[in-house]
Amino acid sequence: MSAASPVLLEARGVGKRFGGVQALKDVSLTIRRQEIYGLIGPNGAGKTTFFNVLTGLYQRDSGDVLFDEQALDLASPYRVAEAGIARTFQNIRLFGSMTALENVMVGRHVRTHAGVIGAILRTGRQRAEEAAIKRRAEELLHYVGIAHRAGDLARHLSYGDQRRLEIARALATEPKLLALDEPAAGMNATETAGLRQLIEGLRADGLTVLLIEHDVKLVMGLCDRVAVLDYGQKIAEDVPAVVQKDPKVIEAYLGGGVGE
Amino acid sequence: MNRKTLGFVLIALALLILPHLLTQVGTAWVRIANLAILFVFLSLGLNIVVGMAGLLDLGYVAFYAVGAYVWALLASPHFGLHLPFWIILPIGALLACLAGAVLGAPTLRLRGDYLAIVTLGFGEIVRIFMNNLSAPFNITNGPKGITRIDGMQLGEMNFMATDTLFGIPFTGPTKYYYVLLLLLLLIIVVNLRLQNSRIGRAWVAIREDEVAAKAAGINSRNVKLLAFAMGASFGGIAGGMFAAMQGFVSPESFILHESIMILAMVVLGGMGNVWGVIAGALLLSFVPEFLRYTVEPVQKALFGQLLIEPEILRMLLFGIALVLTMRFRPAGLWPESRHKLEAKEAKEASA
Repeated sequence: MSAASPVLLEARGVGKRFGGVQALKDVSLTIRRQEIYGLIGPNGAGKTTFFNVLTGLYQRDSGDVLFDEQALDLASPYRVAEAGIARTFQNIRLFGSMTALENVMVGRHVRTHAGVIGAILRTGRQRAEEAAIKRRAEELLHYVGIAHRAGDLARHLSYGDQRRLEIARALATEPKLLALDEPAAGMNATETAGLRQLIEGLRADGLTVLLIEHDVKLVMGLCDRVAVLDYGQKIAEDVPAVVQKDPKVIEAYLGGGVGE
Repeated sequence: MNRKTLGFVLIALALLILPHLLTQVGTAWVRIANLAILFVFLSLGLNIVVGMAGLLDLGYVAFYAVGAYVWALLASPHFGLHLPFWIILPIGALLACLAGAVLGAPTLRLRGDYLAIVTLGFGEIVRIFMNNLSAPFNITNGPKGITRIDGMQLGEMNFMATDTLFGIPFTGPTKYYYVLLLLLLLIIVVNLRLQNSRIGRAWVAIREDEVAAKAAGINSRNVKLLAFAMGASFGGIAGGMFAAMQGFVSPESFILHESIMILAMVVLGGMGNVWGVIAGALLLSFVPEFLRYTVEPVQKALFGQLLIEPEILRMLLFGIALVLTMRFRPAGLWPESRHKLEAKEAKEASA
């Protein structure tokens, strides 16, 4: 992406402490529209913590986030989803005993309105909305390529399909930013290639993607820009080619030189 | 007419003539049937909270009590009020709804065992309130309860007396039976519609994984409160009908044991499945009554004397039934269809 594309998300000085551990320290980063932005770093660097703060699951100690030119309300996850950030989880979290289709339909919750009264009286508006929810959910299952498993329980899907289903559920909330927490973890080469195609397709369709990933090859090949976290601090942020050669990054990953 | 419609018509006919058949056996059985239907109301209400939203509530009987006391206070000589049922029942449902939300609010952050303990406490608090709200102002008449409660009155028809229509006698309990049947139909429709709606899906999502549900955009606080409130409103309606039918309410009717019974009905029948819960409620209402009438004669005939008190044996068999269910059908006798699908798949996979 060209540097000229406008900023979608700007995190400023985000900090988070767990007891004596400073999990995030003054993390600032900017994500531009229609960018695939990678967040990498060694284990325990604070990537997932940053995700959880950004999506309202953890309460931050300091800093704030500007999203889509407005201050993002990080008080609760559903408000973040409402604002247009959807996420997936490192350890897939689906609604196991609901069908794949129902999982995606749940994702429509935040963009629909029918309440108890509407459901009980089955008003025309409620039925129309319900039909639209179902239609959209089917479209999304088709989009991520698991339409044939719509009626199966989520927990019986294969690992790769579960990842796809989680992405479909996130997409159902109509996000502007899709945050994927290690989507390629545990995938084989074919599945990873398919995932890569899917993410590129999402960007082509106008979405911005924030990606935490351990698979360095995937990150370097896919991301427009990459930020590197180490011990809760951002130590680099640039295009992959530059980040790869950054001595601080190399040190973080490989440890300090033996002679030092 | 296809087979499904035929089945429905046959069931409807059977339900319509049931009280007349039961009257032949004894009027007591019509009352038992009525109480069984009340327990279906209660189980369906609790099913929303426990079965769908996955919130283990051990104080559900509190809302039954609220409904019963609303009727008792608004239609008895206690305050000299004699309001008609079409005012009282909605008030009862509404107040129970409110009580559900009020008691639910402090528990929102709790899960599992902790939630169960707190709701258990709330259930007891409501009962103890009913027990003690007799001074300085006598509201509930304390442990003595409220007597001479008005029955239902529909126009000229008094539900305490027997009327004859087309040569068929309609006793008081029989008339209540038809009212309850109508309410039951309504409550089943409400349940089924809620189950397959945006709200119903949100309830199940929270049960399955609350964190994921929140991240998918569900305001779990509101959705949980809604589950508590909706569940409680059914309890309120059941309570009102209970007061009308019994003509007497006292705190003794709303002990912890009742909450546990209702929960057992939901679990035994199949959490989350409306039909399973109905089956569970009917089974656990009728079987103990059936045993009550058979245990004694059977023992006398076999051993010439009463070896085990009917009440003890009833509870023993009840316990065994629950243990066996949990051992062999952990999802209930008639599990939620999503679960059933899974069981089928598991069987196919192992085959």
